[in-house]
Amino acid sequence: MLASILMSGLAVGAIYALIGVTYNTMFMTSRVMSFTAGQLGMVGGVLGSLFALRLGLPVPLALLATLLCVALIGVVTEFVAVRPVLKSLDQHLYVLSTLALATMIQHTVAVTWSTEPRPFPAVFGFAIAGIDEKFWLPVVTCLVVIIGLEMLYRRTLAGHAFRAIAEDNFAARALGLPERNLRIASYALAGGIGALAGFSGGLLLLAFVANGPLLNFYGFVPVALGGLGNNRGAIVGGFALGLFQQAMNFLVGGIFSSVAVFGLFILVLLLAPQGLFGAPVARRV
Amino acid sequence: MTESAPSIATTAVAPSRHNIGHAGALPIIAIFLAAIVVPFIGNDYWVLIATRAAIYWILVSGLNLVVGFAGQLAIGYVSLLTLGAYTASVLVAGNATPPMHPFAALLAAVAVGAVAGVIVGLPALRLRTFYFAMTTLGFATIVTQIALAWQDVTGGGIGLPGPTLPAPFDTTDGLYGLCLGIAGTCSWLTMNVGHSRYGRSLVAIRDADVAAEAVGIVKSRLLVLIFILSGATAALAGGLFASLQTYITPDAFTFELSVLFFISILIGGRGSILGPLIGTIVLTLLPEFAAPLAAWSTFLYAALLLAVVLAAPGGIAALLDTKSRKPLQAGRSIDPRPEELRTLLPARPEPTQLVLKDLALSFGGVRAVNGAGLTVTSGQIHGLIGPNGSGKTTTLNIISGYYAQDAGTITLAGQPLPPGESTGRCRLGIARTFQTPRIVGEATVLDNVMMGATIAAKSGFVAALLSLPSSRRDEEAARERGLVALSAVGLATSLAGVRCDRLQHSELRFLEIARALMSEPAFLLLDEPAAGLSAEEIDRLAGLVTAISQRGVGVLLVEHHTDLIFDICQYVTVLNLGEVLAAGTCQEIRAHKEVVSAYLGS
Repeated sequence: MLASILMSGLAVGAIYALIGVTYNTMFMTSRVMSFTAGQLGMVGGVLGSLFALRLGLPVPLALLATLLCVALIGVVTEFVAVRPVLKSLDQHLYVLSTLALATMIQHTVAVTWSTEPRPFPAVFGFAIAGIDEKFWLPVVTCLVVIIGLEMLYRRTLAGHAFRAIAEDNFAARALGLPERNLRIASYALAGGIGALAGFSGGLLLLAFVANGPLLNFYGFVPVALGGLGNNRGAIVGGFALGLFQQAMNFLVGGIFSSVAVFGLFILVLLLAPQGLFGAPVARRV
Repeated sequence: MTESAPSIATTAVAPSRHNIGHAGALPIIAIFLAAIVVPFIGNDYWVLIATRAAIYWILVSGLNLVVGFAGQLAIGYVSLLTLGAYTASVLVAGNATPPMHPFAALLAAVAVGAVAGVIVGLPALRLRTFYFAMTTLGFATIVTQIALAWQDVTGGGIGLPGPTLPAPFDTTDGLYGLCLGIAGTCSWLTMNVGHSRYGRSLVAIRDADVAAEAVGIVKSRLLVLIFILSGATAALAGGLFASLQTYITPDAFTFELSVLFFISILIGGRGSILGPLIGTIVLTLLPEFAAPLAAWSTFLYAALLLAVVLAAPGGIAALLDTKSRKPLQAGRSIDPRPEELRTLLPARPEPTQLVLKDLALSFGGVRAVNGAGLTVTSGQIHGLIGPNGSGKTTTLNIISGYYAQDAGTITLAGQPLPPGESTGRCRLGIARTFQTPRIVGEATVLDNVMMGATIAAKSGFVAALLSLPSSRRDEEAARERGLVALSAVGLATSLAGVRCDRLQHSELRFLEIARALMSEPAFLLLDEPAAGLSAEEIDRLAGLVTAISQRGVGVLLVEHHTDLIFDICQYVTVLNLGEVLAAGTCQEIRAHKEVVSAYLGS
């Protein structure tokens, strides 16, 4: 039993962590928390199933097509729901604009795809050390994404530019960094990460429209726990959340496990509103 | 301090009594009159739709105070609708208790909703916007899941029958009449709240929370009251919804309903009651008129929300507000009338002192204030000057309680001020203005000034809710006093009904002084009141501040215009790097070598 808690806990934890990183990637360059993060993951799963099963593309091609499409949704998010409200960030209009866009994405999928869960293809089709692909693939994907992001941020010029904008937007612009293009790029990147979350989690969560709001919430919990914009916090938080949720699943049953997760979430937030690893809120006066 | 000012003949400039509250009620009454006609001209189907709109409005009217007035993004209010529906249905069915009378069950649902409203709302006191929005969504998920899981009581996925109300409410028309009556009552109640000081305070914590603290508005208390009210109306709507549906399952309470409620308010416009009412009706009717698009209705709501946010953030209310499109009179001048201060600030018998001793405060490694001290005496103007970053505003913020000092004391009339308690300062007699005016742009000039009378009001929330005479008296007193304050600082009372964001910058500076005077302060802190004023306006400001001090108010004036300081101050303290560089009379400071070299220049 412990083994299966560990396996499924780490697997869903990895998906939650990836959605958390999706939130953070969008937040970094725009200071906006977007309700579309979970939808990107959901669309990743749905498009994967559409390309690979319904249209019969080979899996690598389906992955590529999915990545491109979801990255495009990320860019559309930036154009439609983020850029127009950036100048009045203090009014929190982004909460409404991204909620609207997320609802539109969700509803489009519900009407044009299906409201029922649909199957998702195996990507590699083999087990590692007796662990089924649906459990190891998300974890491996999460590790690959994290290592890739670290290398991007630390080793490349573009990565340094991202970090500069996250650190101090005005100073970065004064240095002549193309802030707007970098922001678009980061939304495309977030789309890619979200797509990977949905694609790698496809076997586990299926291609299901209801995954949108679910991933939105469970992907936000690691961000809230780990602190906004803190990717390491999101990874630790994601795995911790996955393990806790699966343990509760076994102990008290599926429905009350979500009550337990929610209770814990509220409790931690009320005790530490900045998250466990977050920075304190700026002075207001 | 508690005595409110009597109206005096000098207020003859007051405009004809514009009873702001109830002029706006006419279109709402018209909508309800039109609604009464529906059963006589339409078929049962239309009555059903109208009943649904009325039930939604019962919920939205309460939620409007949370979202539209207080600006709290509670996007998951379907949780309270669900809770109300299940509470009423379960109690009538007798699954957990002996079966109850339907009306008793509805009342029980209201009580449960009031408690749950506070639980759903409480995180708002501590969490930032997006976080709070997420928690309300979480509640929506949890309630539905519990309804699914608790099969013995709720019937699980199969559901249970909704309460059947006794005659005459058991027919389509009867139920419609009941819902319409309750919806009308809810409109009246929330309109009363919206047009009282509670409504002003809610808008203040939304748009100018720092200023709200300075006038003594306690956010937590206010929000709890509003969450109780909105929870109660939401659960009542739930009970009626269950009656209308006749049978409920968890599937009936989708997230789409939450979106509908929330979007009705935003399409309607923040801080309005008529706008969200129209929004609710439009959104309820929309799928009926666009039958081929019924499957896409949620998509349409969301697209509408996006369009409103991007193109018309003011919503329907802003479109209806034709008054704000008329140009204001150009070339307005600010003409203080110091004689009006007599009404506003009754003579103070015994002079007191505000004493700061050895104050210190660091932000990280920066010592913003480092052992500063000064004494403000009532009836005098104390200037506080120094280079940028010398700690002037930080000192003011410690006095106002926005920051708690690391060391040192502040005493007022010998009593120590509790550090870091910003909302209590107003009651102790300390009022202030801000370096950048902190006003509610969407509220009228008079409403902004009346915000300053928050602590003078004696009537409570229930009195405001029911518009009892005690509440109306408070309102009337605050309005009269607000008009006097406006004319005292030199703003034409014809500006009283104008949206504040249409004023010029200099007018806002004087408006902040008017707001500060509303609470009859013993000490007034002015943070760079002359910044951005013309030379002529600075002269008038000098006269006004002098007149205020002559009424026995101790003024602490932070300024960079040293001419103004040396013109009107009796005493000046110079700060540099958080320490007192010099203190003394104007002559002494002007002759002080270090001050001249560090700040004034020769």
